[in-house]
Amino acid sequence: MQNCDLKNRRSLSRSSRKTPRYSISRKIFIIFNYTILGFTSLICILPLIYVLSLSFSSSSAAAAGYVKFWPVDFTLASYKFVLSKPEFLQAFGVSLERVALGFVINILMSVLVAYPLSKETKDFKWRNVYAWFFITTMLFNGGLIPTYMTIKSFGLLDTIWALVLPGAVPVFNVILLMNFFRGLPHEIEEAAMIDGAGYFTSLCKIYIPLSKPALATISLFILVGHWNSWFDGLIFINSPRNYPLQSYLQTVIIGVDYSKVSSENFRNISEISDRTSKAAQVFLAALPILIVYPFLQKFFMKGLVMGSVKG
Amino acid sequence: MISNKKLRELPLHLMLLPGVICVILFNYIPLLGIVMAFQKYIPNKGILHSKWIGLDNFKYILSMPNITGVLYNTVFIAVMKIVAGVVIPVLFALLLNEIRKEYFKRSVQTLIYFPYFLSWVILGGILIDILSPSTGIVNQFLGFFGIDPIYFLGNAKWFPFTLIISDTWKNFGYSTIIYLAALTNVDPSLYEAAIVDGANRWKQTLHVTIPGIVPIVTLMVVLSLGNVLNAGFEQVFNLYSPQVYSTGDIIDTLVYRIGLIDAQFSVGTAIGLFKSVISFGLIILSNKLAQKYAGYRVF
Repeated sequence: MQNCDLKNRRSLSRSSRKTPRYSISRKIFIIFNYTILGFTSLICILPLIYVLSLSFSSSSAAAAGYVKFWPVDFTLASYKFVLSKPEFLQAFGVSLERVALGFVINILMSVLVAYPLSKETKDFKWRNVYAWFFITTMLFNGGLIPTYMTIKSFGLLDTIWALVLPGAVPVFNVILLMNFFRGLPHEIEEAAMIDGAGYFTSLCKIYIPLSKPALATISLFILVGHWNSWFDGLIFINSPRNYPLQSYLQTVIIGVDYSKVSSENFRNISEISDRTSKAAQVFLAALPILIVYPFLQKFFMKGLVMGSVKG
Repeated sequence: MISNKKLRELPLHLMLLPGVICVILFNYIPLLGIVMAFQKYIPNKGILHSKWIGLDNFKYILSMPNITGVLYNTVFIAVMKIVAGVVIPVLFALLLNEIRKEYFKRSVQTLIYFPYFLSWVILGGILIDILSPSTGIVNQFLGFFGIDPIYFLGNAKWFPFTLIISDTWKNFGYSTIIYLAALTNVDPSLYEAAIVDGANRWKQTLHVTIPGIVPIVTLMVVLSLGNVLNAGFEQVFNLYSPQVYSTGDIIDTLVYRIGLIDAQFSVGTAIGLFKSVISFGLIILSNKLAQKYAGYRVF
């Protein structure tokens, strides 16, 4: 309904602002405008295209600096090399595992926390106490060292739990979902409760099915967030063979953290420190984001709108 | 005896229980670890048996030779990022709003906020390659104009600006979308009235469009106040190197090196605490201001 209203308004504003004949200065502005916007859009995407063409070029052409935005001496050698590396594949696997596990935990927690918080204080007396309990974590945290010490003292270092449990309750997504829940009509729940349904039934049978767009939005945020995290892997995981992909790439592409690399790994690192295989790895790590990007884009605006609805 | 109302609320408490446990374990227990900042923490002795030394860690921090430089770098980089992160998206939103061809508008949007979704590891890998002084395509391009290769990531003079520009490049698309959404909500009758009064397009932009987005711009600026000490750890960590520490080292990277690499846990915690306290104050202040000037309530 709101969407439709928005469209009407937009078309109205367009027709009312249309001037039948453009003046010279207006024409110049339009040309300037298209040029600058087109140019900027190119700047945003060209670096990735460059990396892509580098990854399909031969190492010698890349080293000589011949490669521009189209592969030179087209070859799949870099991809063959990267995909035959056990470390890369293992890290890819750890990442998939982390994304799957983290996703399940985050979604469950988001729904289970957002629903009670979406209630009014008259229905749920402790609502504000809980809300502040969670919001405080956004305002103040122990910082890097105490968090590291805590994870260490729990014995979670070098396990996948160190990557998925510390951020188990994504407060930002909870707020998003809570606002969405509040926007749903109360009458459905009231009717169900008169028929004897409890809060759990109401959540599973009414709220979750009605919140598919909101859930899709936060799902994408969660998936992208877990896929992109690298720093927690770097500090909480000790053995490189347990690294998720982005942490692994951080060590091989950006900087080698010598303290954590054994001499045996050293050899591998020097082998792949070649431009084209680095480019291939960067592209492979960005690929999942590219694949979900059309969906991200679709739900992104919805997420923004949801986030701005205040209860 | 448990009253009926309390019994009814029980399922809600149960739903919150797992989340509460996780938050206590991983958010509130680390808060207790802050006491390390006032101790000479020794891992073997643990927090309970380490020696209390009051504010000695903070005195030590203030005596560090590079601390003022690090503070200055942090604030400079963060503030420049905030300024660029407001001015450029607003300009782009205004320009995009003038585009009448829907497909062009949508394509531009699709392209400009793509980098936002890539991690700094990926972008760092890309930037290190394209900004290289010998083989990087940016310096090859500058070479056409007779400009000598610039070592963007290795030259202390260029480094902060490389950070600011690349951060803006990654994030401006996202903010542009927010401002564009605000622009489409400007009341069309205002434009009609302006046209009746004889305003041309430029005047309409000046007197209708811009006042229409002033509230959201104010809000975004005020809210970003809480980020004055956040210069972007993930970005700096992936791009910096010892030769640019003088202009590129920030509080968060210092905490990482002192706390985790050098294993001076207490000093690292103390610097982190110093940052958290100031940031907390700024967030509270910014929310108060946002409430006062933009009628906005975050919580």
